[in-house]
This record gives sequence, C-alpha cells and structure tokens, in this order.
Amino acid sequence: MWDTIFPYLLSGISVGGQYALIAIGYTMVYGILRLINFAHGDVFMVAGIMMVYIVAAGVPLWVAIPLVLILTALVGFLIERVAYKPLRSAPRMSVMISAIGVSYTLQNLVLYITGGLNKQYPTIPWISETIVLGTAKTKLVTVITPVLVIVLVVALVMLINKTKIGMAMRAVSKDFETSQLMGIKINQVISATFVIGSFLAGVGSVLYFTNYTTVIQTSGAMPGLKAFVAAVFGGIGSIPGAVIGAFIIGIMENIIKGLDVILFKSGLIDKPVGLATFSDAFTFALLIIILVVKPTGLFGESAADKV
Amino acid sequence: MMKKVIALVLALMLMLPALALAEDIVKIGIYEPASGDSGAGGKQEALGVQYANVKTPTVEIGGKEYKVELVTADNGSSTDKAPSAAQKLVSENVSVVLGSYGSGVSIAGSQYFADAKIPAIGLTCTNPQVTAGNSHYFRVCFLDPFQGTVLANYASKTLGAATAYCLGELGNDYDQGLITYFKQAFEALGGTVIKEDFPTGTSDFTSYLTNAAMYGANVFFCPVSIAYSTQIISQASAQGLEIPVLGGDTLDSNVVAEAAKGTNVQVIITTFYQEGANAEFDEGFKAWLNSDAEALTNNGGNDMISAVSVMGYDGYYTALAALQAAGTTDSAAVMAALPAVEIDGVSGHIAFDETGDAIRTSAFVKTVDNATGEWLFLTEQTVE
Repeated sequence: MWDTIFPYLLSGISVGGQYALIAIGYTMVYGILRLINFAHGDVFMVAGIMMVYIVAAGVPLWVAIPLVLILTALVGFLIERVAYKPLRSAPRMSVMISAIGVSYTLQNLVLYITGGLNKQYPTIPWISETIVLGTAKTKLVTVITPVLVIVLVVALVMLINKTKIGMAMRAVSKDFETSQLMGIKINQVISATFVIGSFLAGVGSVLYFTNYTTVIQTSGAMPGLKAFVAAVFGGIGSIPGAVIGAFIIGIMENIIKGLDVILFKSGLIDKPVGLATFSDAFTFALLIIILVVKPTGLFGESAADKV
Repeated sequence: MMKKVIALVLALMLMLPALALAEDIVKIGIYEPASGDSGAGGKQEALGVQYANVKTPTVEIGGKEYKVELVTADNGSSTDKAPSAAQKLVSENVSVVLGSYGSGVSIAGSQYFADAKIPAIGLTCTNPQVTAGNSHYFRVCFLDPFQGTVLANYASKTLGAATAYCLGELGNDYDQGLITYFKQAFEALGGTVIKEDFPTGTSDFTSYLTNAAMYGANVFFCPVSIAYSTQIISQASAQGLEIPVLGGDTLDSNVVAEAAKGTNVQVIITTFYQEGANAEFDEGFKAWLNSDAEALTNNGGNDMISAVSVMGYDGYYTALAALQAAGTTDSAAVMAALPAVEIDGVSGHIAFDETGDAIRTSAFVKTVDNATGEWLFLTEQTVE
C-alpha cells in the first residue's frame, strides 16, 4: 500500500513546495497592500525565460542563477513602481485591473520574444540527477525542494519577526495610515515586499523548470493559479498558511491523479474509472468547500500571523 | 529640364509592366498555428509551403501567369482563436487555404471557409471529422483510423505489448480521436488498454508516468502536442521509464528528437515522410533553410526535415494543380476542380477519394537514436 502511494506523495510534495514559493508572494503582497497581484505567476514565468536566454548567451550557470534571481526581484520591484505605486490612492479595484494588465503585458512580451515556441530550460547539474527512493525514481530536485522551502520560510519568518524592516512590514499590514504617521517609509516597505516575493518566485522557477523543462508564455498561468488557490486556502495574508496550503494542494492533486491505481491495487475497484481526469476540478472544488466552511481559510483568522 | 522629364517618363514606362504583373496575383492562405502548444509544428508545416513558394513563385492559370502570394493567419493552436484567423483569410479573398496543423483548429475554422466557398486542403490534420461531410475540405495525408491501426499493430505484433497506457489532452480532438482508434485496434488484437486524460496546461506528468508503471503497461501511447510530449519524455527519463513511448505524426519533430537525445527513453512514432526518401527535395530544402536565418529558427534551429514540412510542400503543389485545373482564381471553381486533382508529391502519389481524403496505404515508423538525437527509419507499415 505504502509502495503504491509513495511515488504520488513524492510528486505532490515536490510540486507543493514550488507552489509554496509562489504562494508566499501572493500572500505577502495581499497582507500589506490588500492587493491580489495577478502578475505574480507571470513574474515566475519571466524568471524561467530569462534563465533560458541568459544561459543561451553563454553565461555560466553559477553566475546565471544568482543573476536571474536578482533580475526577477528587479522585475517585481519595477512592476510595483510602474503599475501599482501611482495607483496607491485609487480604488482597490483599479490596482487589481492594473495587475491583470501587467500579467497580459508580460505574457505577450514573452510571446513576442520567443515567437510562441517552447523554450527548453537549461539543465542544472546535480539537482537534475536521477535518484532512487524506495520504489520511486525521481530527480534530486524533488527532494531538495521541500527542504529548501522550509529553510527559506524559516528565514523569512525570522526576517519578519526579528528585523526592523520586518517590524515595519507587520506594522503596515496592521494599519496602513497609522504606520505612515509613525514615520515608516511606506514605499520602501512595499518595495521590499515585492522584492522578497519575486525573489522567492525566482527560486521557485529554478526548481519548477528543472523538473518540468519547457517554458512558454503561459507557463506561469497554471502554477500561478494553483499558488493563488493555495494562498487563499491557507488564509490569504498568512505565510505559514500559504505554505501549508500549497503542500496540501500539491499532494492532493497528485494523489487524485493516482487514485485509480491506488484503489485498483487495494482491490476496491475492478478496473480504472478515470478519476485522474478530475485532478484540477478537484483542486478547485476543494477551494470552494474550504471557503464555504471556513471563509477566511485555514489560518486566516489569527490576525497576528499576517505579515 | 527636358532631359529630366524624359528620364522620368522612361522610368515610369519601365514600371508599367511591373504594375501589370502585380495585378495578376493569386492568394493562397496558410492557416497554421504560429504560437501556442502546436506553434512549433505549425511553423514547420508552413516552412514547407514557403519553400515550395520560393521554388515555384508563379503559376499559369487560364493562359496567364499569376504570382502566388501567401497569406498567413495564426490560429494560435486554440479553437477559440481559430475563427478570427479563418475570417482573416476569408476577408483577404484567398483562392484556397492550406492547413491546419492540428485537427481541432481545422474543424473550428472549417465552417468559415465553407460559408465563403473557399476550399481548404488539410496538410497533416488526421482526424476523420475534418473532411467527413464537408465538400470543401480536402486532405493530403492519411487518417487517424489508419494511423491508430498501424500503431496498434506495431505495438502488439512487433513490440509484443499486452497492455497499453494511453494518455491524451482533455478536449483535444486529435488526441482523443487517435486514442479511440488505437484502442479499438489494440483490443481487437487481444490487448488491454488503460486510458487517462490530462487537463490543458499540465506540465507535471510524473503521476501519469507512475500510473503507467503501476498498471504494468508495456507501451506508453501519448499522441499529444509537441509541448507536452517533450515534457513527458524528459520526465520519463528522470523516472527511468522502461517502456517505449509511442506517438502519432505530431511527435515527428526535431524538437522531440532533441528532448530524447541523451536519455534512455525509446520514442516510436508513425509519420508521413522519412528524411532520405527523396534526396533532391532534402538537399534543396536544407539549402533553403540554411540560407534563411528566420526559416532556420522556425525549424527549431537545425536543418532536420520534419514530415510536416514535406506535407506542406506537397499541399502547395496540390493547390497549384487545382488552380490550373480550374483555369481561374475563383475559389468556388477551384473547389469544383479539386476532387479530380492528382499529383506525384514528395510523400507519394496524391489522389482524393469521395470524401476528399488522399488515398494512402502506408505509414513510416520511426524512432529516435538516443545518442545522436536523430530520427531513424524502422519500417514502412501497411494495413491490409
């Protein structure tokens, strides 16, 4: 039984970790600005495309990876400065529409540059190696992802709880106006949020595209949507919520894909019934159910958890 | 002063014949995806048409020399973008349409061509629904019932497979159609078929690959778009999939061969053409690709010949033959002339049956050489 479930669990933990890194960006921006940054999934995709072109230009990987992470953070920073900051006092809906605009701009820009063709992501040595874990064979990145996610989340939580900028973030998420009155430079705090969120999306993209090796302008849409679902599922605004939500969604989705096999092997059904088809439908149905039962998400209620 | 006027008049007179020639233009529409999941394949198919156009840029219709102008419309590999692409070609008054790569988009655009009485020639869309019941849609390639049977025969008889795992994209007419025909033929041969679907936009195929292994399948049949198949191959390699990956004509691309290079995944496909079958075409096409940087990029960066390009080339000459037979650029007359058109193409003899499909009796079976990343000829399979 365990041998049957294990490979699906492994796939789920891996993809869940990658969703988590994107979900943190959604949840942090929401925590501070009460804005759903729809362009976040596309920032993740742009990170992938930049990697493809930078490596193709002959830059060695040990330079390319940090460079891509810095550039991704820069992209996040610029998006906020160009498309969101001028709308700071506008109705919240305007900022959201602006975010949707940024999302489509990025997608079409990449469509124009790549000509709509899939780009093969460069192979990163070591983490692309195949390893054997019990009954499953997988890339090393699958195992590294959850570990790296936990390390990064712990570091982020430390940053938020122990540093000055972290304290400012917490203050801003509690009360925007009052913190301004207390002398907090609000624009710096918001910029820092976007830089951190985009940086993590960049890390996520390295891990994700090492596993699923082609990048196209719509590559960010599905992971972005799933990560958003994960952030809402965990209670948007809460970092631990986003991470746990992402792991639950990643694991659930893969278990559903393999549910036929699991039921078949344990003798509950005689022949496959095609449940794998519903893996995405299930993910979104789960979102509806959770929100109906617990409208604020898993960790949404305790305001103290907000960034 | 006078001299200048005379020079100007002379220069203008020189331009007159050019103007007169420019009036005699016949338009052929290229209805292909240039973006989206099938963008790579659509571009390669269009390359074949463009090369044929470079080789034969004019055609004599009714005793007059016409310049052939290619009008391209990107259907974006998606059925919701297809109508606007088809309408673009209709409004450009093309005489005949070539394409599309992908049966779903061909079906989605079909009605617009029918309403405008413009004939369409499918180059590599293999689903029977494209031409069935349509007097305006023709096709130069084989059909999925045939291709599915060939693949099932190959899997069962040559590979000795007892269980086949089939994976298709939800709602994709091509994938679902081919899998259905494969299933019928494979089960008739005494095999077991397990079929699963994935939603559009999936990039994580690890669980599907695990499923195939868990069911003890002997072949992994995935006649999906190039974008998905490269993902499947690279993930199959990471998971150490030991069974062959089987595919249809869509997988015949250097992009797929490139993905399988350096892995242990055995990829076997059926297709329309095998490089080397017509040395003259191969040489000319490669020379053209290497002389045009954009064409080379659209071919995936190297000069390997995809079967879809060959079909594009043959389709162009079929269209020219139809225009000549019609004796006019009027699309309705071209449509009436098409059923009787016969040509000897690079991919074989092309003649249409009563539904408008080319009569084909054999398909090429190819595999990827994992060391060099090139396609190797396995066999030419016929179905009795």
